[in-house]
Amino acid sequence: MTEKITNITLPNGLMILLNEIHTAPIISQWIWYRVGSRDEPTGKTGIAHWIEHLLFKGTKRYPAAMLDKAISREGGSWNAMTYLDWTTCFETMPADKIALVLELEADRMVNCLFDPAEVESERTVVISERQGNENEPLFRLNEEVQALAFRVHPYHHEVIGDLPDLQAMQRDDLFQHYHTYYTPNNAILSIAGDFETDTIFHQIEHLYRDIPAGPPPPRLQRPEPQQQGERRVIVEGPDDTAFLMVAYHTPKTTHPDFIPLMILDSLLTGPSNLNIFGGGISNKTSRLYRALVENDLTVSVHGGIGATIDPYLYSITCIVHPDKTPQQALEQIESEIKRIQDNPPTVDEIQRASKQSRALFTYGTESITNQAFWMGFSTIIASYDWYLSVLDRLSQITPEDVQRVAQEYLLPQNRITGIYIPQSAKQIQSQPESDN
Amino acid sequence: MITPSNHLSSHRDSLPSSTNINRLELPNGIVMLIKSNFNNPSIVFNGYLQVGSLADKDDKLGLANFTASSLLLGSKDFDYQTIYEKLESAAANLSFEGGTHVTSFGGRCLAEDFEMLISLFSNAIRYPQFPSEHVERKRAQLLTNLILRSQDTAEMATLNFDQIVFANHPYSRPEEGYIETIQNISVTDLVQFQQKYYGPKGMVIVIVGAIDPQMAVDLITRYLGNWENPQQPAPICLPTLSPLKKKIQKKVFIAGKSQVDLLIGTIGPARKSPDYLAAALGNSILGQFGMMGRIGEVVREKAGLAYYAYSSLSSGIGPGSWVVAAGVAPQNLKKTINLITREIRRFVTEKVSQEELSDSQANFIGRLPISLESNLGVAYAISNLERYELGLNYYTHYDELINSITVDQVLETAQRYLDPKRLAIVAAGSLE
Repeated sequence: MTEKITNITLPNGLMILLNEIHTAPIISQWIWYRVGSRDEPTGKTGIAHWIEHLLFKGTKRYPAAMLDKAISREGGSWNAMTYLDWTTCFETMPADKIALVLELEADRMVNCLFDPAEVESERTVVISERQGNENEPLFRLNEEVQALAFRVHPYHHEVIGDLPDLQAMQRDDLFQHYHTYYTPNNAILSIAGDFETDTIFHQIEHLYRDIPAGPPPPRLQRPEPQQQGERRVIVEGPDDTAFLMVAYHTPKTTHPDFIPLMILDSLLTGPSNLNIFGGGISNKTSRLYRALVENDLTVSVHGGIGATIDPYLYSITCIVHPDKTPQQALEQIESEIKRIQDNPPTVDEIQRASKQSRALFTYGTESITNQAFWMGFSTIIASYDWYLSVLDRLSQITPEDVQRVAQEYLLPQNRITGIYIPQSAKQIQSQPESDN
Repeated sequence: MITPSNHLSSHRDSLPSSTNINRLELPNGIVMLIKSNFNNPSIVFNGYLQVGSLADKDDKLGLANFTASSLLLGSKDFDYQTIYEKLESAAANLSFEGGTHVTSFGGRCLAEDFEMLISLFSNAIRYPQFPSEHVERKRAQLLTNLILRSQDTAEMATLNFDQIVFANHPYSRPEEGYIETIQNISVTDLVQFQQKYYGPKGMVIVIVGAIDPQMAVDLITRYLGNWENPQQPAPICLPTLSPLKKKIQKKVFIAGKSQVDLLIGTIGPARKSPDYLAAALGNSILGQFGMMGRIGEVVREKAGLAYYAYSSLSSGIGPGSWVVAAGVAPQNLKKTINLITREIRRFVTEKVSQEELSDSQANFIGRLPISLESNLGVAYAISNLERYELGLNYYTHYDELINSITVDQVLETAQRYLDPKRLAIVAAGSLE
């Protein structure tokens, strides 16, 4: 990956990343704010995500209905996401219609209304979203594992937030959080597509230059202390299927060990695509698939390493075979990890993992939306240079590097084990059809 | 205003059309559609074989899908390990899935690996081996998926909705089958199903990406050009479907769930039906446009009852479904049903406004280039051209087709399908 992008920071601190691509008549704009669930103290969990919802409720200049209609009329696609470290809003538009969303994003950086009635309406929507998540056993399990992994660091709660906080927070809490974190000096604007760089830059400069920088946003500085032994949680719930989740603390994305851990992830559970829109490949030749699924201990296994600003987790998730126990699966995982700790992988395995990463990154550059995503995302979690250099660095990893990170990070005392135990029962009944 | 770059005019010519899609039929009946794109060094392909769950007997429902999902368990020239070593070493994808009418397939790889991918693909569909050890493992996975389905509120709502709306019709049967029918299927069944139904007649292969069209044709001809199956039957015809005669409500109790999945709807038009576009635009107004149309406006935006509330039109070879969906808290179910029913009643009694129709028409036309920004999107679009006999130049006059629909047509079409007195209403979850 060698593309050149334009990177300019305005005097108010807004970072602008532009990548001119003329393969389709499309422009994709992403604005990234350095605010996520990590910035939420106790009592305010879920506030970043709730604010993200309210960004769609409009400004004085662009009332919600008008905005939605204007973008949709042009065939644009727009949405927003909130995660541990960031909140992002994006729009992919026909190139000749981009002016509308350039103006929109500049406007809603400062002028969102937070109408009290809209705040209340969205409260129930967010609670409904959480209830939908709770329908999934894996959400319930992940929430407990995450909470157990981070006793101190604010990564400890789910992005959606806890129900008591969603019920208690008020409009002014949200409004204040918005004004604290939605500032040009806390934002990155990444745009890729069919434009002329000089022209679009001047338009952006015109829209943002009068928005003042805010005070440096406060951060919860609470590093997670080193874990002092395995932590384990049992979650009981409906369904007939058991799940096993095993997570290990891993370093932040910019740590040198993150790259060999990406290779280790690839060897153990198949390559992860850090691009949330990128898709993946099957993992049937990965070590844990062979050890678990082909020995009928589980019916599936997947893994992934989180690319985050602070140290997060490498997690392995299995659906346990109906005839086996989570403990049997766990023992097999331990056995496979010991194997790689005792014997470094072969050079061929490393080269294979490197090629897998190259292909996944190549697929990820196929669409303009993805190109704009990568510029902003990599800048938030590390830097755009990190993205441009990651394939080279992956190709330099040695078997001994991978063995070393397995020895260092995949230790029982660094592990959080979560087990979902189904409370199997005849829980499904159909009410006879009625015609009323 | 931002002025689009002067590259734009050339993009208008790059919409999939007869000028840039190479379509040809091999002597054995395989239809190929190829569109080159050298902007990215990758290739995607997709397509389908003319067999699906319509061919399944009731006691072995799921056989078509079981067969499709077992094709990569081993073939004449490649055992299971070799297949996945080759695929995963190249970070390539290859998958098969059994649908109702067809067995679809798809793959993606770097251009340098395309021949490898096609060699695995052709060996899998022509000479699968179904090794029993791997088949049993696949069976365990399918059964686990069915157990998970039984606890999934959205899936159980859909399953029960289809059983009501498509009663006494093959569409009432889930392609994945049921636990007992999957348990009934033997390796011999898989072998016989592939031998009888898989063949080149009616097979469609779409290739999009960094490959010269002639190279693609040569490659497919080399691997599949001599494939014949004299016993391959003609596609199965569908029986007539009777619309609902009354409103039918059903509640499916699933313990321990926080949210109820609700579906309200009935049958919709087939994709080739003359009123399909009017229905699609009407559906956009009802529950898609912007933050999910009128339904999203009343259920989510105004009442704050649901995280998601929308309508969808699923149209394929046969009759489709037209359904409103929402995820709500159990205590809000009745209120949500009333709101949705009221909107449906309004939709079939009053014309939509010209402004609403114009908005959705603009949306359909404007989103076309965005849906075609990836090779995958282009391949999907071309596949639909072939499957629904839309013609290779469908997208070049798409805007005229969309703009020709009137508010009267939208109302007539809505009335033809959506009768508030004859709807299926299904709720699945921990109901009060």
